[in-house]
Amino acid sequence: MEKLYLVATIAGQPVAIPAAVVDSVVDIARLSPVPLAAPHIAGLAAVRSRVLTIVCGERALGLKASARRPTRAVVMDVDGHRYGLLVGAIEDARIIEDDPHPVPMRLAAGWARVAVGLLDFEGESLLLIDPVRLISGPLEIAA
Amino acid sequence: MDDLLSEFIAETRDTLEALSGEVIAWEADPHDRGRLDSIFRFVHTVKGSCGFLDLPRFERLSHAAEDVLSDLRANRRQPDTALVSAVLAIIDRIGELTEALDAGEPLPDSDDNLLIAALSEEGKPAAASALHAAMAKRAPTRSIRVPLDLLDQMMSGVSDMVLARNELSRQLRGVAIDPGIEGAFDRLSNCVAEMRDAISRTRMQRIDKLFSALPRTVRDIATELGKAVTLEIEGADVELDREMIELIRDPLVHMVRNAIDHGIEAPDERARRGKPAAGRLSVSARQSGNQIVIEVSDDGRGIDEDKLLGRAVGSGIISMQAADALPPSARAALIFNPGLTTSDHVSAISGRGVGMDVVKSNIERIGGAIEIDNRPRLGLRLTIRVPLTLTIIAALTVTAGEQNFAIPRSAIDEIMHDGSEALRIENVGDARIATIRGRALPLLDLETVLEMEAPIADQGRTLVVLRAANGSRYALGVATVQDHEELVIKPVSPAVMATGVYAGETLPDSGMPMLLLDIGGIADRAGVDTDTAAPALAIPANDTEEIEEGASTLLFQDFRGVRCGIRLSVIERLEEVPADRVSHSAGQLRVAIDDRLLPLLGIDRMPGTKSMKILRLTDGTTELAYAIQEVIDIVSFPIVIEQAGAPGPVAGAALVDGEPAELLDPHWLFANQTSVAPLVARQAPLCLLLDSNDRWMREILRPLVESAGYRVAFAGEAESMEADVMIASTNAQPLPLPENTPLIRLRADRPISHVGDDSIYRYDRPGLLAALQTRVSARRA
Repeated sequence: MEKLYLVATIAGQPVAIPAAVVDSVVDIARLSPVPLAAPHIAGLAAVRSRVLTIVCGERALGLKASARRPTRAVVMDVDGHRYGLLVGAIEDARIIEDDPHPVPMRLAAGWARVAVGLLDFEGESLLLIDPVRLISGPLEIAA
Repeated sequence: MDDLLSEFIAETRDTLEALSGEVIAWEADPHDRGRLDSIFRFVHTVKGSCGFLDLPRFERLSHAAEDVLSDLRANRRQPDTALVSAVLAIIDRIGELTEALDAGEPLPDSDDNLLIAALSEEGKPAAASALHAAMAKRAPTRSIRVPLDLLDQMMSGVSDMVLARNELSRQLRGVAIDPGIEGAFDRLSNCVAEMRDAISRTRMQRIDKLFSALPRTVRDIATELGKAVTLEIEGADVELDREMIELIRDPLVHMVRNAIDHGIEAPDERARRGKPAAGRLSVSARQSGNQIVIEVSDDGRGIDEDKLLGRAVGSGIISMQAADALPPSARAALIFNPGLTTSDHVSAISGRGVGMDVVKSNIERIGGAIEIDNRPRLGLRLTIRVPLTLTIIAALTVTAGEQNFAIPRSAIDEIMHDGSEALRIENVGDARIATIRGRALPLLDLETVLEMEAPIADQGRTLVVLRAANGSRYALGVATVQDHEELVIKPVSPAVMATGVYAGETLPDSGMPMLLLDIGGIADRAGVDTDTAAPALAIPANDTEEIEEGASTLLFQDFRGVRCGIRLSVIERLEEVPADRVSHSAGQLRVAIDDRLLPLLGIDRMPGTKSMKILRLTDGTTELAYAIQEVIDIVSFPIVIEQAGAPGPVAGAALVDGEPAELLDPHWLFANQTSVAPLVARQAPLCLLLDSNDRWMREILRPLVESAGYRVAFAGEAESMEADVMIASTNAQPLPLPENTPLIRLRADRPISHVGDDSIYRYDRPGLLAALQTRVSARRA
């Protein structure tokens, strides 16, 4: 289980999310906006009669949101609250045996904050991210 | 004591239950050491507790059984069937007594001696019949103990079930379904509803748990304070959520303490007032709909509202104007402001001024409300209303910008349409004010507060009048009001909480998550004053006459220790400033406030203290500070005063509450400070404007004359003898004027029609200034 990762895209970039933190993957049809909330909070949605706080992955990285809002969300529990992280596409769930190694180059601030390391998978490099840091949003919001 | 007893009963019952298996096993094998030990432990525990609880029958039984069992453990006796039966009979009897104790019935009147005799080696045969009788009557267990965690888990499970049902109901609505499914769904709905009720009841506890400690608390406090108090408790069998009980425990105890300490008078004082020597304190609880109403009332002295008002103003909690305009019913409620007390001294019990505000915020945090009913000299009644449970609240759903929001019912005072006759909406600057039956409230539009990009209709909107936890009241404009609903509220995630305007989230039947508004948070965000903003706004902003009216006067002690009064209308606010902001510059003391240097009056040397209280006085254009030692009260200062002999800072003196007080002359204070250099100002010619009620004179003419270097006063503010020149309008009533003071008459219409008249057209600026100049120099020469 520790080596299982969910591979999804955020802003077109494939990233690996540790499967241990992922509860499920759902499609979000309708959102209730949350006026005055930080820009990366897309709104609230109900999934199986529970309310999720929906976080836009792109805005959380400090990037511009895509013109069409993605509908696919990765559901996870953080500190007793349920979140849905909007991602572009879910590619696969993969078992990657090798441990992640440090990211060798400098990333843009948004990415650098959520990046944990690089994973090698079949000759390809995958960025491993910490979704909890993603949920907390861009730093200037936290400050 | 009751708590301990019920604890004992529950524990004994539990152990008996657990022991029943052991007992049977021991009966089968009397030599089983492990079983023997656990039975011994049980008997030993019972013996220990019941000695403490004063239950002699329990004690005798368990003591006898313990003796025998310890003999068995020490191998001084060998167990046989008869002995085992005798021990079991004792255990059963303990069980019986326990049940009787719990039910509050008299203990069964059977003979314990027989059972005890059966334990002894000789007494076996005689006791046989008693044993059988005892064994036949094993009482059934009627309750079990369940960990609270499990109950909480069940509660949240049921809440989820309600939500799931709602979602199913929504899904079903969209499709044509056959009656069979519909019937099954209805049955499911009923089951879920019943289940919810049942689970809610498992969390219910009698409020007795809270009330049972009160007699002792009351006795202790009353003894300490040397007062006699009779406590009446009513409605101890009312049940409410156990979590709620914990949350109202502290507020309740605090209210009781306050009632005894502040409310109920000492016996001799009560005798003087013709009250019975013992004060009466009554605590009652009752259920009203889905709320529990708890009342704490006493027949003490109540709250001295004038004193409270004085303190509130003195500590800067409300402005002078607000205090003045506060309706009598709202005065006592000032006690809920932080840091306010009417007690003159701090006692160990209360009077530190921490308390009622905490009580209020604790009650409101759990969706409750607190009301105060003050009858000065007769008593005080505080009423708390709390919902039965925390998770399900009654709410009003409203729409703003095509989105629905929930508002807790408990915060709503009133709902009205914007077309209502009783309502007037005005724009004041960029703010709006809704005046409802003469009461002005800030009007906020929900769309604006939430910065939603939604059009706000000019009319056809609904106003929800709200009372926030911090005491602010305002009207919230929404597009429409949807419905009253009972909603299952869940906490919002931190990211949503960070907005500060939401208190929770819920999932209604629509399937679209909905946010519960935080009424206080919205008030904060929109900048609604936390102090009673409404009365302050009740004074129409453009009404200058207002300033001249009312003899409401702030009574204070000045730095010489003299009681002084100053009219409320000239006080902008009261402030405490650090002493290091006071400096001696340009010939007098000045104090730095908001990046400005204000002249500081009322004190002639640097204060020796670390900080000092100042009154900020204003005449609308100029501001100055007046140092005071302490605010005494707000009083109605007598209109007729003993005039001071010579013009000066004191206009005169009068008796207030039987003691003399000096009334400051704001005109003199300002007249000597309007210019930066006071010496020059004193020599500036004084121009007296004769129509003090004329807005044109006040607002347009006055600045012009002042900017030309004259001092300006209005009729009544200065003696006409002192004036160097006077200005009146031609349409004013001719006044008896001193002959030797030159007068300039201004007319409102164009020059042509007044040829030959000495009046000046009022917008003829050079003409007016020239006339002023010539007349003043003629007089001075």
